[in-house]
Amino acid sequence: MNTLHSALRRNTRTVITALLGLIVPFGIQAQTVFINDATVYTMSNQSMVQDADVLIRDGRIRSIEAGLTAPADATIIEADGRPVTPGFFAGITSIGLQDIPAEAETVDFALNTPALHPEFDVTLAYNPDSILVPVTRIEGYTWTVLGASRMGSIIAGQGQAVTLDGEYRSFLGEKLLFIDIGSDASEQSGGSRAGQWMLLNQALTEANKSEIRWTPDALLTVNGRTALARYVGQGTVLFQVDRASDILQVLDFSQRQQINPVIVGGAEAWKVADHLAEAGVAVLLNPFANLPENFDQLGARLDNAAILHEAGVTISFHIGESNNARRMRQAAGNAVANGLPWEAALAGLTSNPAAIFGLSGGIGSLEEDGVADLVIWSGDPLEVTSAADQVIITGNIIPMVSRQTLLRDRYLPEHPDMPRAYLKP
Amino acid sequence: MFAKITIRFSLALTLFTVLHAAAEEPYPSTYTPMPSGPVLIVNATILTGTGERINNGNLFMADGKIVTVSENSIRKIKGDYRTIDAEDRWVTPGLIDVHSHLGVYASPGVAAHSDGNEASAPVTAQVWAEHSIWPQDPGFNRALAGGVTSLQVLPGSANLIGGRGVTLKNVRATSYQAMKFPGAPYGLKMACGENPKRRYGGKGLAPSTRMGNVAGYRAQWIEAQRYIRDWATYEEILAGEDAEAIAAAVPPVRDLRLETLAGVLNGEILVHMHCYRADEMMTVLDMAREFDYRVSAFHHGVEAYKIADELAAAGVCGALWADWWGFKAEAYDGIQENLALVDRPAGGCAIVHSDSSEGIQRLNQEAAKAMTSGRRAGMDISPKTAIRWITSNAAKSLGILEQTGTIEPGKMADIVIWNGNPFSVYAKADEVFIDGALVYDRSNPEYQPVSDFELGREAEESP
Repeated sequence: MNTLHSALRRNTRTVITALLGLIVPFGIQAQTVFINDATVYTMSNQSMVQDADVLIRDGRIRSIEAGLTAPADATIIEADGRPVTPGFFAGITSIGLQDIPAEAETVDFALNTPALHPEFDVTLAYNPDSILVPVTRIEGYTWTVLGASRMGSIIAGQGQAVTLDGEYRSFLGEKLLFIDIGSDASEQSGGSRAGQWMLLNQALTEANKSEIRWTPDALLTVNGRTALARYVGQGTVLFQVDRASDILQVLDFSQRQQINPVIVGGAEAWKVADHLAEAGVAVLLNPFANLPENFDQLGARLDNAAILHEAGVTISFHIGESNNARRMRQAAGNAVANGLPWEAALAGLTSNPAAIFGLSGGIGSLEEDGVADLVIWSGDPLEVTSAADQVIITGNIIPMVSRQTLLRDRYLPEHPDMPRAYLKP
Repeated sequence: MFAKITIRFSLALTLFTVLHAAAEEPYPSTYTPMPSGPVLIVNATILTGTGERINNGNLFMADGKIVTVSENSIRKIKGDYRTIDAEDRWVTPGLIDVHSHLGVYASPGVAAHSDGNEASAPVTAQVWAEHSIWPQDPGFNRALAGGVTSLQVLPGSANLIGGRGVTLKNVRATSYQAMKFPGAPYGLKMACGENPKRRYGGKGLAPSTRMGNVAGYRAQWIEAQRYIRDWATYEEILAGEDAEAIAAAVPPVRDLRLETLAGVLNGEILVHMHCYRADEMMTVLDMAREFDYRVSAFHHGVEAYKIADELAAAGVCGALWADWWGFKAEAYDGIQENLALVDRPAGGCAIVHSDSSEGIQRLNQEAAKAMTSGRRAGMDISPKTAIRWITSNAAKSLGILEQTGTIEPGKMADIVIWNGNPFSVYAKADEVFIDGALVYDRSNPEYQPVSDFELGREAEESP
């Protein structure tokens, strides 16, 4: 029996070394892991379980309850009462779609054209070997939604959720369509947001009526029609939109066109909270937003999340970060500081986004037979003085190593005899 | 107070600036503190900013100054004063952000408010950020709610030499002059690396390379040296006894760009240099030796941890982020222990800076993250030391440590009362004092300033 003691949090470097020796390579899910004495936030029916043990076998959670006995072949992690949560949602990001945003050759998250291309699908560019994957993952984030970002067109394209296990095809759920509405009206919409709706209505008409013959002046390509048609009456369309009046337009448009919308950004969503609740439309919002950064966000306020939650709107978070997606939990903590119940904020990082993106089977929750994606935290997972002590993805104990921790360990020793290029932690 | 500082500041001026800066500094500070009365804070956990923590501490401020800070109860106070029971609450010096663009890149970020980069030439030492400041930027009020009492507003980083920065008190006024921190030295914004070479190289102009950057700075310092010499020569003639020469003497032509650069070489203006890569910072330190000036702080310094010893030895602060990284190649090597490692050597001076209208509201949270990363890497850092990153170290790099940045008798009563440990995501500033005056009260709308731009929107506060 391999035993990992709770020195975990006190001596990170020793534990990293220990874990590297223990780690079972990805793809081989033979590892049995036993987490002893944790405070488990399941985010499922069981809610919070104290003094809980978690048994993981073959990549799945087998049991969460107090007083379990560790199997003889299990790797035991002593949690000492520390919080355990489902792996966090890193937000809508470009992780694996970019390395350095300022260097165009490393960037694949957007199609730089004013034309509408709903068939543009960023998942084809996903590179799990990007250093952003481990940098994000070791902070407690096990999945993200790869977003198509707008560069020229109001229809940015399609994306999808993905597990940050470093595998090439760990996509989750269905494809998602991204549409961007608001003040940065595109060249193609003639500089008016009314023109954006004009174009979107025309695009839907082309998508819906396959009998209309394709002509070179059509808005959509033939493949674009097919791609867009897949979001009528099914699927999920994410609308990046902030102004209250524009959000209401999204609700009207979606109802008319039989689209299932999610609001992303929603700086003024609190103003139309009741409409959103009634329509059952979720909002991914930025809890840091409280400035009139532009004229679409004049009503931005810190208690947006609290107001929406109170009105019955399902919320999650969107901070528009990829390299620093790890700031998501700080964002959630700020929502709590401004009135959102703590449990609701935790749901916003776990079960809510899973529900919004139609994911089940243990993404965003801890449940028996669900996939074992979870995090052992040093303390309150929403607190800036806490950190992820150990991340587990599909039952695998993830080495808490990234290029950043390697740089840290190279520069941590004082006055080494050899140049640091010879220090390879 | 104001008079005293003016005198001290004048003494520092060289003859040459006195000669052509006229009788007084142009665009002088017109700041006067808001009305205040004596305040006694009791039962507080006090982080002094000097590295000390006082549990159950008491603090008395009067006439805009800190009078007493003590573990013991303060007696023998004459006259009326307000008592604040700060049980379970924490008190820190007012927070200071050394890198802000509030007012020069104001919210809303419309094209008309883009006043932070005079990106029309690689050297614009003649511009002053204060001449771009829109005092109605709502961001000032948000920063105040985050406990920020002083800040340096800088030009952007498009240029090798971007222009003068200005240090402000975070008070509301219709002019920036009425916000100007009395007696604070000017800063000079300079920039290394990618930004200048991208901006100008992209247009087929110099600089287009890092070596072009360095040649660009050096040529400027050489000109500034000559400018100083020309004035000195002129002064020598005036001071001499050759009446004919005096009569014939013609003063050198005043040049705003060289005046600012000469101010750096004379030690009156503090250099704040945007620089990410360790190797470039080392080049700049050598350049500072070549021309005999000091760099006050490297800003952003994502690789500062690689040269922490060298920075400490040179007495240069690192104004850094807790975790921003990777947005461009020169930020690729960012690590979350940067602040802790820069602070580690004897004489190390780490500062949390924002460069952001959002980040300036949460300097305490950013410091908390950096503290936590350092602790997890085995460094012994607690709130009493980490608070220096957002108070005294910042004040030091701005040249205002004698006036503010710590809780010590005689200093400006720039104080924040937090609802708990400020090193928490849940912490909020309850009350903020600047020069002893209550300028923000979280529970009293009468002490929550609203900019002209946002007037009428307060009605939205209670849906």
